[in-house]
Amino acid sequence: MIESDVFVQALENLGVNFFTGVPDSLLGGIIEELLTRKLYTPAVREDEAVAMAAGAYMAGKVPAVLMQNSGLGTSLNTLISLNMIYRQPCILLVSWRGFEGKDAPEHLVMGETMPQLLDTMRIPHRALSEPTMMDDLRWVGQTAMKQRIPVALLIKKGIIKGLHP
Amino acid sequence: MRPEQGTMQSRAQAMAALLELLTDQPVIICNGFPSREAHKLADRPTHFYMIGSMGNAPAIALGVALSKPGKQVIVFDGDGNVLMGMGTLATVGALKPKNFIHVVFDNEVYGSTGNQPTISNVVQLEKVARAAGYVNVERVLDRDDLVYEFKDMLKKDGPSMLLVKVNEFVEDAGRVAHEPPAITTRFMNAIE
Repeated sequence: MIESDVFVQALENLGVNFFTGVPDSLLGGIIEELLTRKLYTPAVREDEAVAMAAGAYMAGKVPAVLMQNSGLGTSLNTLISLNMIYRQPCILLVSWRGFEGKDAPEHLVMGETMPQLLDTMRIPHRALSEPTMMDDLRWVGQTAMKQRIPVALLIKKGIIKGLHP
Repeated sequence: MRPEQGTMQSRAQAMAALLELLTDQPVIICNGFPSREAHKLADRPTHFYMIGSMGNAPAIALGVALSKPGKQVIVFDGDGNVLMGMGTLATVGALKPKNFIHVVFDNEVYGSTGNQPTISNVVQLEKVARAAGYVNVERVLDRDDLVYEFKDMLKKDGPSMLLVKVNEFVEDAGRVAHEPPAITTRFMNAIE
């Protein structure tokens, strides 16, 4: 499993310097690390987080937004009519709840349909794995900044060490 | 008479009065007629005109304000927009950015879709902002009070909300002439 501080440090090394989002249990370790480093601005809804990140981008930051995949549903309109239309990059760190049908009922539909949803929205995505972490992070950052669109890194259970291992 | 008794000022008149007091501050303007009117009144590179993503104007402004603490950031918002993104009042109130001024043009209707009523005639949005933690909060009806309070807020530490009651009149303003990606680039260069 990837340690949260290693993951956050790798993002910082890539130049990511504005973090916001809404928590998920799978992202708990990352958020704790970000809070320790005083790098995290908590949002109350995922669309708000995405919009805040867009503002930060326009003010010179490289932003990342953390969210549970249910939050993709909440932020759909902002991702499309702000980021896509205005060409504003954003790194989305999305926990993949409901992966392979093993989760609470509320996560199962999004867990199954998320890759298609992202394809339909033309948001490039890839799932994070430990051996490819550096490459995954470079890809997500470069794709977002080069194409100036949101790009999603999907984080399954057990990949990054959480608060309760 | 609707909205609030005694409100004679149009949004464009109120906006013009505020734009006269602004120079190079970043201004995030919500979707719908407000962006079109601001574009017609004074098209500045420091204006970020929104189309779509309703309710997100203050969140975008917050991202700018947190990243550029040395710049005073202004939001031009509407009552329907604030109601849609009301959670952001809490985020702003909790984070308390000093460089954040939130102007709400409250006409009590969704003007861009045919004047369907909002609920801001019964929910006083500036009181919500006050409860959420905005430091300075004012509700004004006429131009003199608007100008006085806005000048005052420009001098004070925020976050501040200035709610101005306006009538339903819409200025004859076309769509914003710039393509959205150009608005992004222009705004970024202007606030650098």
